[in-house]
Amino acid sequence: MIRIVFANATLIDPEAGPDAGNGARGHLIVSDGKIDAILTSGEAPASDGTVVDCKGKMLAPGLIDIGVKVGEPGERHKESYKSAGLAAAAGGVTTMVTRPDTEPVIDNPETLEFVTRRAQAETPVRVLPMAALTKGRQGREMTEIGFLMDAGAVAFTDCARVVTDTKVFSRALTYARSLGALVIGHPQDPALSAGAVVTSGKFASLRGLPAVSPMAERMGLDRDIAVVEMTGARYHADQITTARALPALERAKANGFDVTAGISVHHLTLNEFDIADYRTFFKLTPPLRSEDDRVAMIEAVGSGLIDIVCSMHSPQDEESKRLPFEEAASGAVGLETLLPAALRLYHGGHLTLAQLFRALSLKPAQRLGLPGGRLGKGAPADLVLFDPNIPFVMDRYTLKSKSLNTPFDEQRMEGRVLGTWVGGKEVYRTS
Amino acid sequence: MSFPHRHLLGIEQLTPPQIVTLLDLADSYVGLSRGKGEHSTILAGLTQINMFFENSTRTQASFELAGKRLGADVMNMAMQASSIKKGETLIDTALTLNAMHPDLLVVRHPHSGAVSLLAQKVNCAVLNAGDGRHEHPTQALLDALTIRRAKGRLHRLVIAICGDIAHSRVARSNILLLGKMENRIRLVGPPTLMPAGIEEFGVEVYDDMREGLKDADVVMMLRLQKERMDGGFIPSEREYFHRYGLDAEKLALAKPDAIVMHPGPMNRGVEIDGTIADDINRSVIQDQVEMGVAVRMAAMDLLARNLGAQAA
Repeated sequence: MIRIVFANATLIDPEAGPDAGNGARGHLIVSDGKIDAILTSGEAPASDGTVVDCKGKMLAPGLIDIGVKVGEPGERHKESYKSAGLAAAAGGVTTMVTRPDTEPVIDNPETLEFVTRRAQAETPVRVLPMAALTKGRQGREMTEIGFLMDAGAVAFTDCARVVTDTKVFSRALTYARSLGALVIGHPQDPALSAGAVVTSGKFASLRGLPAVSPMAERMGLDRDIAVVEMTGARYHADQITTARALPALERAKANGFDVTAGISVHHLTLNEFDIADYRTFFKLTPPLRSEDDRVAMIEAVGSGLIDIVCSMHSPQDEESKRLPFEEAASGAVGLETLLPAALRLYHGGHLTLAQLFRALSLKPAQRLGLPGGRLGKGAPADLVLFDPNIPFVMDRYTLKSKSLNTPFDEQRMEGRVLGTWVGGKEVYRTS
Repeated sequence: MSFPHRHLLGIEQLTPPQIVTLLDLADSYVGLSRGKGEHSTILAGLTQINMFFENSTRTQASFELAGKRLGADVMNMAMQASSIKKGETLIDTALTLNAMHPDLLVVRHPHSGAVSLLAQKVNCAVLNAGDGRHEHPTQALLDALTIRRAKGRLHRLVIAICGDIAHSRVARSNILLLGKMENRIRLVGPPTLMPAGIEEFGVEVYDDMREGLKDADVVMMLRLQKERMDGGFIPSEREYFHRYGLDAEKLALAKPDAIVMHPGPMNRGVEIDGTIADDINRSVIQDQVEMGVAVRMAAMDLLARNLGAQAA
């Protein structure tokens, strides 16, 4: 039996509630890759195996990041499983839930098995693949949802491409329901948002960029929820980023529909004005929103209305970004900045660490039916050790991702990962 | 005289004194521009390249004349026909051009922000001749000079900008410039052609043209692009002319000495009645074209002086 003792840690357990889990000092004992015991008093027990002296730093369940794009197959020059895995480990992300919007699309069991093999061979962290909801993400025919689930797909999504044909969408959800499959939608009215690269308003008008009303998100969500009501499917909205969409989400939850929602950490920490003079690293999907929306979203994460915070890791190389704003590719890398960016909300006094890890670890695990995301006995020892108070200036050239398109480049951040363990195995450690 | 800019990318970066400096110099070039056989040598030995990624006849001709009247070597590059079609990126085009060592680069591009992106990659002075829906600074400056010469001042005027505001870089640059010079700006047009959040720019918004023109000193009409006429943004050309076209009846609501402007090219009978466009007592449309050359001479002169300063 392999035993590891994490001694003298400040334990952050989102499952223990907002107060209890927030900062109890203790020791955590791992046996055979699982959490065996948590001691909140006394000396650290002696171990014949490894002892990790946490020196009072924070020990929390590893991050589970839903919506990571890895460039395999098709765009390995932007991100490979190897580079993504290293980035994840350095960012405290112990599970990457990967997107199917690759080239070709992951829409059949064979391609899914290929990426699973690649992931197992190359990455030190857990990788759970998602598959497309429709073939080729074309919105016309549903994929082999059953076979794909057998092959390990944990959710079905066409990513940022909305299934516009409601008949196709409702059939796919009806079929998904029979298998208990989770469908992840991108709530956005596709016609209204066609061609738009920023959110409409003063900033968009000043810069003369094609813009979409924030209402397009609510319209998309309204449609999706109606289809969920019709079909009874399990549904997760990938990103809810506007205040106007929240009442619909709240109603759907109150009505007992199996609906959850996520948001990228970028939409919680940046707003449209960060785009400034056409900085394409800030071009995201959906586009960055107003400050009012950003603040409303932080509150929604605090209340739990928005369940999950992710990085929406989208690697893009220099060539895709060094273009006029309208032509530039969308997306930002985020695996390595997810935790320090999220900690901005903790340092700003908006969210507690327990609230943050509920959204970063516990809720994603629960939504996908995983045993992790918590510090309870029997949970897998997927752990991140971090110091929330180490200040640094982000230098994108230090990133382990193959693509360096982070909007936090040259920005002050606070909080660093000191070590990451997956199933009790150390996958990252700062010296 | 201070004009501390390497490039002329937009009105946004200019202060009111810098705008006045530029207009004063442009005023002095009107005479030179009119003179027969006179040519200045201020830009002699300098190379000006006009790079138009989007169709333009008048702006390109205006920049070309301005450069030639100041003695520059002017070259035109029709970019739609060239390497862009072969897949070259804007940055690579910029670097290629930069290696030819031009001194002044005049750029028009269909995407907002593209000219500023290009300016970051070259060593010469860049003049924005229109980028997407963002800015068209020399147009706003020539409009300002035209207004100043017609009205005797460039402040405390009531200026109505009418038509397709949403898609117009001319409108954006004019709103910025005329706002900086402390005028009252009214935007008149159908709500489908009004950009979101525009009220926050310190302007008054009217969807009734009659109200918007009331007691205006300046009526500035904008061109309505053909592709926006058919049901997408407005129901039809004739309904648009009825509600938002400038005719004698609507113009009568403005001040008796109000001037009529249009950046061209005009759609007669769509946004403006032909007789008003041709009325020499009201229309300053031809003056605008003339001022365009003078303003561009001034802008290139000022930027060229800064080129010298850097070399020294």
